Amino acid sequence: MRLPNTPEATVNFTFDGVPMQAVPGETLASALLANGVKHVARSFKYHRPRGIMTAGSEEPNALVTIGRGANIDPNVRATVQEVYEGLDAYSQNAWPSLRFDMMAVNDLISPFLGAGFYYKTFMWPKAFWEKLYEPVIRRAAGLGGLSAKHNETLYEKAFGFCDVLVIGGGPAGLMAALTAGQAGADVILAHEDSALGGQLLSEREMIEGAPARDWIAATVAALEAMPNVRIMTRTTVTGAYDQGTFAALERVGHHLPRRDDLPLECFWRIVAKRAILCAGALERPIAFPNNDRPGIILASGVRAYVNRWGVAPGQAVAVFGNNDDAHRTAVDLLAAGVRVAAVIDSRHGAQAQGDYQLIAGGQVTATKGRHGLTGVTVSTETEDIQISCDCLAISGGWNPSLHLTCHMNGRPRWDETLAAFVPTPDAVPGLVTAGACNGTFDTSGCLTEAAEMAATIAKDLGFVVKKKPIIPAADTSPYQIVPLWLVEGRGRKWLDFQNDVHVKDVALAAQENFVSVEHMKRYTTQGMAPDQGKSSNVSALAVLADVTGRSIPETGTTTYRPPFVPVAIAAMGAGAQGSGFAPERFTTSHAASLGRNAPMIEAGLWYRPSYFPQSGETTWQQSCDREVEYVRNVVGVCDVSTLGKIDVQGPDAAVFLDFVYTNTFSTLKLGRTRYGLMLREDGHVMDDGTTARLGDDHYVMTTTTAAAGQVMRHLEYVRQVLRPGLDVQVASVTEQWAQFAVAGPRSRELLSGVTSADISNEAWPFMGCGAVDVLGIPGRLFRISFSGELAYEIAVPARYGDSLFRLLTAQAEAMGGGAYGMEALNVLRIEKGFITHAEIDGRVTAFDLGMDAMVSRKKDCIGQTMAGRPGLHGPERRQMVGVCAITGDVKLSAGAHLFEQAAESVRVNSQGHVTSVCYSPTLDGEIGLAFLQNGRARIGETLRFVDHLRGIDTLCEVCAPVMFDPKGERVRG
Amino acid sequence: MVKLIEKTPCAGLLPRSIGLMTLAEDAYPAMTSIAPYQGQSRQVSAALKSTFGVGFPSPNRSLLSDRVRITWIGQGAAMICGEAPPTLTGAAVTDQSDAWAVVRLTGKGAEDVLARLVPVDLRRPQFRSNHTARTLLGHMHVSITRIDAKTFEIMAMRSMAQTLVHELSQAMENVAARG
Amino acid sequence: MRITCPLCGERDRREFYYVGDAVALRRPSPDAGEAAWDDYIHNRDNPAGDTQDLWQHEAGCGAWVVVDRNTVTHAVNNVTLAAKVTR
Repeated sequence: MRLPNTPEATVNFTFDGVPMQAVPGETLASALLANGVKHVARSFKYHRPRGIMTAGSEEPNALVTIGRGANIDPNVRATVQEVYEGLDAYSQNAWPSLRFDMMAVNDLISPFLGAGFYYKTFMWPKAFWEKLYEPVIRRAAGLGGLSAKHNETLYEKAFGFCDVLVIGGGPAGLMAALTAGQAGADVILAHEDSALGGQLLSEREMIEGAPARDWIAATVAALEAMPNVRIMTRTTVTGAYDQGTFAALERVGHHLPRRDDLPLECFWRIVAKRAILCAGALERPIAFPNNDRPGIILASGVRAYVNRWGVAPGQAVAVFGNNDDAHRTAVDLLAAGVRVAAVIDSRHGAQAQGDYQLIAGGQVTATKGRHGLTGVTVSTETEDIQISCDCLAISGGWNPSLHLTCHMNGRPRWDETLAAFVPTPDAVPGLVTAGACNGTFDTSGCLTEAAEMAATIAKDLGFVVKKKPIIPAADTSPYQIVPLWLVEGRGRKWLDFQNDVHVKDVALAAQENFVSVEHMKRYTTQGMAPDQGKSSNVSALAVLADVTGRSIPETGTTTYRPPFVPVAIAAMGAGAQGSGFAPERFTTSHAASLGRNAPMIEAGLWYRPSYFPQSGETTWQQSCDREVEYVRNVVGVCDVSTLGKIDVQGPDAAVFLDFVYTNTFSTLKLGRTRYGLMLREDGHVMDDGTTARLGDDHYVMTTTTAAAGQVMRHLEYVRQVLRPGLDVQVASVTEQWAQFAVAGPRSRELLSGVTSADISNEAWPFMGCGAVDVLGIPGRLFRISFSGELAYEIAVPARYGDSLFRLLTAQAEAMGGGAYGMEALNVLRIEKGFITHAEIDGRVTAFDLGMDAMVSRKKDCIGQTMAGRPGLHGPERRQMVGVCAITGDVKLSAGAHLFEQAAESVRVNSQGHVTSVCYSPTLDGEIGLAFLQNGRARIGETLRFVDHLRGIDTLCEVCAPVMFDPKGERVRG
Repeated sequence: MVKLIEKTPCAGLLPRSIGLMTLAEDAYPAMTSIAPYQGQSRQVSAALKSTFGVGFPSPNRSLLSDRVRITWIGQGAAMICGEAPPTLTGAAVTDQSDAWAVVRLTGKGAEDVLARLVPVDLRRPQFRSNHTARTLLGHMHVSITRIDAKTFEIMAMRSMAQTLVHELSQAMENVAARG
Repeated sequence: MRITCPLCGERDRREFYYVGDAVALRRPSPDAGEAAWDDYIHNRDNPAGDTQDLWQHEAGCGAWVVVDRNTVTHAVNNVTLAAKVTR
């Protein structure tokens, strides 16, 4: 119900399909109350009707779903969601409707569903848990659901930096930001609400003799005028992390009609030299019987609806409290013209502060009204009084919002006077607390404390605070409270409204010896809902303390973890959907390959063509076979630019390479290339590749595509950490050069058409390298081969890559060859027994590869010492061999294991494993590479080839890894 | 004779204007990385200075002359952008003319765009003209230099040009959408 | 977490590649014996308190740095270029 003289409700929205109107800027909770909607949700476990309990982000009950379809937004707190034109909100966790919810049957059988019920009830039979019990429980208990469709909502993330981060824009936060800003500090003021002012917006307090709103407006104007102050409203700081890093969630588009181009949320990482926590305090409820009915609202919430939004949450409001805020609420209600049914103050000596009925020393012991409160029973020492009311405002006192001070393992301290936990100083390095979150509850105290803290911080950071900040005159009412946690009586007394945990659950936990607060929490699930027990932790702790006969400090406290409010994973991972997940690296020939309809395969971040289909070909195998034949018989062209290329220069370049490679490069002649093997320090193979000597002090190393980054890091490690005395520089040139393999018997003929260099066998022998012109462009030519054929790799500056690839491919086609992709490249190298990272998988030694002779004993190198350890060589090692299928109609598979023919094919009997397989069109058979125990001594044996995963069980023959042209004659032709 | 045709890293991708900002390719005719050998820094810097008028930059700085921009690109290394350097004996010299995609982001809001992608404070006065940073843009290793009050030069690996443009464009759209 | 690179200044942890204990600085000679090599390659302490480890500012200037930090308080106390660490 709207109070007189409030702005007109002009914004149209719906709740469960019913059209309603809201005042611009108000929250959904406010608008629902204004439209007389009290019952807005069903509870998590028992499906109890629930209403709106707070006016802030701590709301445990009023969770709704916004929108429908793929981009549905579940579990939105109605107290945070601002209404916009066209907003469609829906209740959740109820079927078929909010009012008639089938699952409300849970409430009737609640005695069987207490704390730990599923640990006890669903123990047997074991298999039933996963298949039956858990799915059923999950369906019955829960909050809103996702659409299970691809959600295209736009989220973003951002980085922020400042000298001083002020967390919270209430009176303390405004004062702190003003003081730090005036001193010249770079300030970010992050405030959860849409409007600055905090609790002052909900009170009728005066500052400097005028309504507090005037002071807020003047202060905000002053802050907005400062270029060094950034005000971030609708921004909740959700976590405190190491070295002054804070996470914050900004609600960018939630308050506006959905737009495709505007992010819904932005997840900020803010780095602050210092931070001032001015997060205020949260009012707590009292555990009395059936304290969860719609219409029972925290007193501070009632004041917010009345004073800030002009909405009366009921026509007859009773107030129940244990501190002066109960009276403040009653006075405000009267001032707004709302009937106060009674004020029930549990303190015996309480005095009325206005014209209302006061029941001092009374407690609410019963409530009625299933879908909305209709009345309460108040018990005093002498009588029970029935009071008719449709709203009950409750105030059990205030808990400082110290959550962030716990994020780095800080433990709060119990304050007897406040009956609340207060933060421990220095719990988060660089962060101080001021105002209500520090236990300073009066406005004057908040302003003073915040100004002093901010001035001290500014001075620490080297700013000159010219004059002492002027503290405006404000409310100094003391906070007087007599703790009241629990009211006895018949019915459940709810503690954790969001997870449906009540007093008896905590008592049961204690009875079953879960007396540690951490155990109680996990056993009852108290505090484990998305609200992290903001309204319930302290009360639950007090109840636990009571039933275990300990004081609250003795009982301890649970601490809070990030995030302070729920954060969508979509916000934290913003930008990472689809192709945003990782950078895409494209070769210069990418467009040309796509133009030839080549399917792409990912190699690390790179995209490489699998094969180049031609008309008439229906399978990749056909294309692959044809491309292999190009290389074996004519000429093929393949983009190999993705291989890492590293420039190694300097007077000590040769010494450096001798140390990182097992073999020797100082002896490599100018204009020649050598294959090199690189070990990790533990003796296993890291990578392989060729290195060319382009000058006395200048080499260019190639790495595999997969290990390019790792090798670069390794070289820098050796250069800076292990051998800082060596005068050598390394630089990646992978991106500078577009490099193409031109392979096959007619490769020389093809290349003769693009370079004027003499590339005859005599002038440019196998493993020769050097600078050449490529159609007038300075390029490089390497006579190296990964196919075993006469082959070259030709490199040009990347700007010409696209052009050269098209040219080479066209020429090859004219000669009867053409482009080949990764599939053919793989076949060609398996036929020749050349290794890739399928073979060098991190467990393999040079010995295993048959390359032990490449580990020079004449010099020290990385991995040499450890490679010599027992167990890294010898007949017990699995050594690389080739395998050929014996029967023609079976496909081999990588990942298969090898067994003796008579042995059972179980793990312990495995003699080896298969790393690469292919159909070899050259040899017309299925072949592969494998690692076989003592393999080199077993050439010619017939073994069982078993792949349980793919249902393959066949025989294969062990052969030498080089299955084609074993003498290597073709490459030298 | 057949001639090879040049293609810049961002060919077909840029320029594009979103909101008040423009993203354009800024391909230098030549880019050369130089890394002085031990004890040679002073001599190399002097040689650069006599040729170009500016020497070897200190960390996190870029130096501009009428012929070249020399930008610090990491420990002991700098990139000469614009012209190829003279023969330098005391340094590892590597042609990188084709290795980098170089773009310029200019306009009101450029700082906000980069704040969505880069974990470094690039606002003035922390990051003034000719300040440079080696850092990340999304997941990509980049070099970012402030050219003037509203312009940044961003260098990323050539193969990642498409991702670079995509990331920057998306952030530009996000910033523009906020108005 | 923030690490102050001696060259680039204070940077977010995401720019750094973590390696492990700074024992990696002290590579034994090839003939140092099995125990020394075992310690170098495999054996690591897991201290609750001060620790010294090796990182690379991989997404920044490329420098390898030695970071003195505390595993209990998470404080980063000192960062030095690995190339300049005396060993």
